[in-house]
Amino acid sequence: MQAQTRLSWGWLQRLADFFPVFIAVLLAVITSAILLIALEADPFTAFSEMLGGAFGTENAFAETLVKSVPIMFVAIGITIAFRGGVVNIGGEGQMIAGALLGAAVTLGLGESVGWLVIPLALIAAFIGGGLYGAIAGFLKAYFDVNEILSTIMLNQVAVQLMNYLLNGPMLDPESAGMNHIPKTARIAEIAELPRLVIGFGDNALFDRTRLHWGLIIAIVLAVISYILLWRTVIGFRIRAVGQNERASRYAGFRVKQQIVLSMFLSGGMAGLGGAVQVLGLQYRLQTDGSPAGFTGSAGFNGIVAALFGGLNPLGAVPASVLFGGLLVGAQKMQRELGVPAAMITAINGIIVIFVVSSQIFIQRRMQRRAKLEIAAVEKNKFEDTAQETG
Amino acid sequence: MGQGMALQFKHLHMNGIVKQFPGVLACDHVDFDVQAGEIHALLGENGAGKSTLMKILYGLYRHDEGEILLNDEPLNASSPTDTIARGVGMIHQHFMLVPSLTVVENIALGLREEPADASFISRLRSRSVLDLGRIRKKLVELSETYNLRVNPDSPIWQLSVGEQQRVEILRALYKGSELLILDEPTAVLTPQEVDDLFLILRQMADDGRGLIFISHKLHEVINLTHRITVLRDGCRVGSIATQDATKEILAEMMVGRPVVFQYDQDAAKRGPVRLSMQNVESVSDRGTPGLSGVSMEVHAGEIVGVAGVSGNGQKELAEVIAGLRVATAGSVTALDKDITNAEPAKIKSLGISYIPEERMVDGIIKDFSVAENYILRDCTTQHYAANGLFMRFNKIKDACEEAIRAYAIKTPHTSTKIKSLSGGNIQKLVLARELSSDPQIIIASQPTRGVDIGAIEYIHHRLLEERDNGKAILLISEDLDEVLLLADRILVIYEGQFVGEVDRDDVVIEEIGKMMAGSAQHEMA
Repeated sequence: MQAQTRLSWGWLQRLADFFPVFIAVLLAVITSAILLIALEADPFTAFSEMLGGAFGTENAFAETLVKSVPIMFVAIGITIAFRGGVVNIGGEGQMIAGALLGAAVTLGLGESVGWLVIPLALIAAFIGGGLYGAIAGFLKAYFDVNEILSTIMLNQVAVQLMNYLLNGPMLDPESAGMNHIPKTARIAEIAELPRLVIGFGDNALFDRTRLHWGLIIAIVLAVISYILLWRTVIGFRIRAVGQNERASRYAGFRVKQQIVLSMFLSGGMAGLGGAVQVLGLQYRLQTDGSPAGFTGSAGFNGIVAALFGGLNPLGAVPASVLFGGLLVGAQKMQRELGVPAAMITAINGIIVIFVVSSQIFIQRRMQRRAKLEIAAVEKNKFEDTAQETG
Repeated sequence: MGQGMALQFKHLHMNGIVKQFPGVLACDHVDFDVQAGEIHALLGENGAGKSTLMKILYGLYRHDEGEILLNDEPLNASSPTDTIARGVGMIHQHFMLVPSLTVVENIALGLREEPADASFISRLRSRSVLDLGRIRKKLVELSETYNLRVNPDSPIWQLSVGEQQRVEILRALYKGSELLILDEPTAVLTPQEVDDLFLILRQMADDGRGLIFISHKLHEVINLTHRITVLRDGCRVGSIATQDATKEILAEMMVGRPVVFQYDQDAAKRGPVRLSMQNVESVSDRGTPGLSGVSMEVHAGEIVGVAGVSGNGQKELAEVIAGLRVATAGSVTALDKDITNAEPAKIKSLGISYIPEERMVDGIIKDFSVAENYILRDCTTQHYAANGLFMRFNKIKDACEEAIRAYAIKTPHTSTKIKSLSGGNIQKLVLARELSSDPQIIIASQPTRGVDIGAIEYIHHRLLEERDNGKAILLISEDLDEVLLLADRILVIYEGQFVGEVDRDDVVIEEIGKMMAGSAQHEMA
């Protein structure tokens, strides 16, 4: 009886577990408001502009989603790496590696294989990003090279490699010799990811926006990644190694291979994110030569979104949308209020810090509940209920 | 005391102490007292509330109810600084020493000299200058008075564990402790070191100090103390004069039911050799020789005990067999197969189970659930994973629940994170997992360290049962009593070598103690 009443209140308890997040958002908003007031901007206008800019109109929402798609791919990948105990900061580089290979396959195949070019390009991108990530995993597993340093450095390598390729071998033949921006030729029309429209006719949602099927691919991958991590032995091993290498080694897992594997999967996801930008949005691989010229920093924002999503692939989806909304909305706010551009980064940072910090309180709550349960069991209630039920 | 200084301490009374932690009543109206010149044992299982009570006395925790009277005056301490000033000292189980500093420097840590007068200059001087020479002189005097032999100028890392403990005691004495709390002080010592320590403690009591001796080793408590107070589940079960106490009485008070100390065991039915090592060498984590030429055999149907002081190669021995540490020379053979430096998975699949010494690090994954930890080694088997890929949660849950029942593991759910269970229950789960595959060879490393009496009894019975079922068991334990209790044959390890072998029936404890301290067997007539 007692167990039943406790169960029926379970959902309320779960909800209360996320109370700290709401408090954190509130505190972040208040802190940001103080900054805005210091800049003599009206915080109420600012936040309503921000919200409206991100979610207010159909087009705004579509832009938010467009912005969040590459973040989502990276966040899913980062989640896998972090769960495997590897701090992958190389989302940028892995995106680029995936995009380069994906673009090369797309351009190379042209129209020769029809629509099959899309899956082939995506597979190539996954392998490209995955192998690029696996380099850092391999160095960590077999040579004890710190993965944070190696992935950051590999980001630089990838940017320069892309700059070289887009200015040379992969340069769009039409803009060769002209005062050009580094870019490839346009991909064949058949290789383009279709625009995503929900519904039919005049009332269809996202008609005439830039939103593409990359969003659906990301969501499907999030579900697959969730299943992989929590329903399969592969994920069990990855998570075990991430939590405790020594116990995993003793349990008979090949720890080094697991590290390389989680980095491969992680990089592969980021690589897909890069390719989807090419196939779904830009229809060519282009950059402005700066480090974030192609990625738009999605490789870094994905890390924050992964943490935001509680290192759960399913959580990464809404977290990425929120983060995309923050970026788009903050741009609108900045345009409308004329506050310095740095304000966007500041507000984003404040929200991220508060929300990520609130995780501690959530964990503490859960721990306290576990302790209470244990205490109840230690007081022999367990034996009583066991007798009753069994 | 030698200097003829009169001690202030007369008696301490703790009356009706209550301490509530979230969900747990750690101390439930506990009364406790110590008189000058008395060694008073505080006895109880893990989680009985001994440590909490003493931390309250020492000022680390604040009690919710009750009063503490030191010499009839309230001791309202808000931190150890206050209690130390009132003459209370505590020797912690884990030493609080800085390894790279010398003995004198460690004692000087946190000391402040009394200013000569109230002037600004002398106050400033006392705060900024520390006269190590004077500290050294007083230290030498103290160590002579109590026969606490230790070189004041040695860095701590060069000292043995017993010597480090003497430094801790010296530090407490130096700070003027007249009431000393000793938290399981014998856990890390050899039998000889324990004897030395007891001499020192008796002398301190004879000088009029009060000593509180926390322990769960019954024979030590009976040998050393004057009075014994037993705690169970946060309540005081009772106090008893040591002269009236027997092991059986005390254990029953601790556990709440009669406990057996001598298991009825049949003579070992030795079968063929299951595990053997030939001249095995390995390197310790610090890069020093861990094992230097170890040879031994374990037969089916016997328990071979490895006795020794902590850090003499026990860890390396177990890890080399389990495939977790590289053997740099020699060979390991199990079930007639060479397993030298084989992969852990292969060794396990041959039928060798390993109960690791550091269960929280090697045995379990703390943030995984009870069920996940239970299947850790077998997660790829068809039984737990369809096609070796998709985990069968129902099967996993059923198997785990069965183990929970069979081993009487106390946990709310199979999905509870294992780190929230007590040490005894965690160890039972590790045992359940390691025995579930019906292994032929069992390596049990410190299987009952930090485990409560009830669980210890259970684990011992399981190991004896496995022995009678013809399993070969290597029991590595720093608890000599445990080795004596279970092993059919005892090997003594010292500095990575076996220095002696004693049959169950020929045990002379003093001899084993000497071997543990490094004397080779043949040197003793």
